[in-house]
Amino acid sequence: MGTRVLGIVALVAVVAASLNALFLVPADVNQGDAQRIMYVHVPSAWLGYLSFGVTALAGIGYLWKRDLRLDAIAVAGAEIGVMFTAFAIWGGMMWGKPVWGVFWQWEDPRLTTTALLLALYLGYLLFRRLTDDPHRRAARAAVVGIVAAVDIPIVHFSVEWWRGLHQGPTFGSPDKLLHPAAPALFVVALVGMVVAFTLAWAWLMIRRYQLARIEWQIEEHGRLGRISAARRAARTPVAPTDGAAERV
Amino acid sequence: MNDLRAGAAVALAIAGKDARAELRGRQIAGSTLFFATLVLLLFGFALGPDARRLAEAAPGLLWLAIVFGSLLTVARLHQLEAEDGALEELARYPVGRHAIYLGKLLAGFAAILVLGGVLLPVVGILYGIDLAPAWLALAATLTLGAIGLAAVGTFYAGVTVRMQAREVMLPLLMLPVIAPLLLATVKATTAALAGNPLGDLAAWLQLLLVFDVVMVVAGATTYGHLLEE
Repeated sequence: MGTRVLGIVALVAVVAASLNALFLVPADVNQGDAQRIMYVHVPSAWLGYLSFGVTALAGIGYLWKRDLRLDAIAVAGAEIGVMFTAFAIWGGMMWGKPVWGVFWQWEDPRLTTTALLLALYLGYLLFRRLTDDPHRRAARAAVVGIVAAVDIPIVHFSVEWWRGLHQGPTFGSPDKLLHPAAPALFVVALVGMVVAFTLAWAWLMIRRYQLARIEWQIEEHGRLGRISAARRAARTPVAPTDGAAERV
Repeated sequence: MNDLRAGAAVALAIAGKDARAELRGRQIAGSTLFFATLVLLLFGFALGPDARRLAEAAPGLLWLAIVFGSLLTVARLHQLEAEDGALEELARYPVGRHAIYLGKLLAGFAAILVLGGVLLPVVGILYGIDLAPAWLALAATLTLGAIGLAAVGTFYAGVTVRMQAREVMLPLLMLPVIAPLLLATVKATTAALAGNPLGDLAAWLQLLLVFDVVMVVAGATTYGHLLEE
């Protein structure tokens, strides 16, 4: 019940904040309407990083407590994090084309770091899919998630240097837009979107967590379930000629 | 202090066993060296025959070949251990799990060092580069790079060793993680070959050192969870 209320609140907040960012806040003087992408891009990127942080912490928690519920939190974080990260990269590219003139800017450490972040956690999810035993999967996924999280700061640092040691930054990065001088209207619109997206994120996390627990129960009782289903099918009267009962 | 000494003895014993197995069977070196040299040759076909372009790209191509070769190396080193349940046996010994990790890491490091030592002159010949003036800086880069590749590779080889899809999963998990290592080794090699004109060689070597320390510590502390069943 509480989750449903949260879902409705998040939906209303996302719609209201989006309408505000799309129609009420004026367009940026230099970038025009392209700047409005930032209202989606920044919250998505923030939630991507938050999700992967949750995955790493839940992994550490699992190794400590050996509780599969923590593993369910970890998988929720990884999946939802991949979604928001992909969304952030997509939005960044849509913004980069009109403003920078290119979809992909190698000199932007944020973009390259985020792309590697996406690759790290897609690997994490693929790895989970290919491991069967729930506890073995949880423990290995936990260490993979921890090492990936440890790698992120080094990636960011190295890409920052990659650019910095050779030439000064040529292009402004998105945070220039959040310059203290930015009009209060812009800031309010962005904060509104961040809050609305974070509510939606919390709702998604809870739902995905619940789903992970159901999946786990199905895995656990899958064999039992198949047996009782077969029994039920055997009891159901079937036309004797098609042989369906024997096949079950 | 005694624990430390015992751990080092275990790690050395495991690495020594791998070295003896390799010297007797030559299971890894032949195929890996052949593969990595082939990669360098194919890069030449992909980017050549313009000699200047090849020389410019040489540090990147060298390190990509080393990375691909080290993927094969660490996978094979762990595969040896998994056959006939040797890894389970190893896990039952009353020694620290981190010592087992460090032993496999040491074996992988030695193998990747040999790989890099062979590929460097091959790059010099194929892409027309004079390596001699920069040998010390190149050796330092290779050593630090090999430690990092062995640290990350041994960890992920342990993660994937029991999977059926390990040939696919090992590169998918390992390659994004070593991205900063690739970047730093290529930059350090470029700086070394150019005679360090910007004075940034030391900075890249420091970054490599940080990467190595972080990954060795992360691998040693988490590897034990991979041996549990």
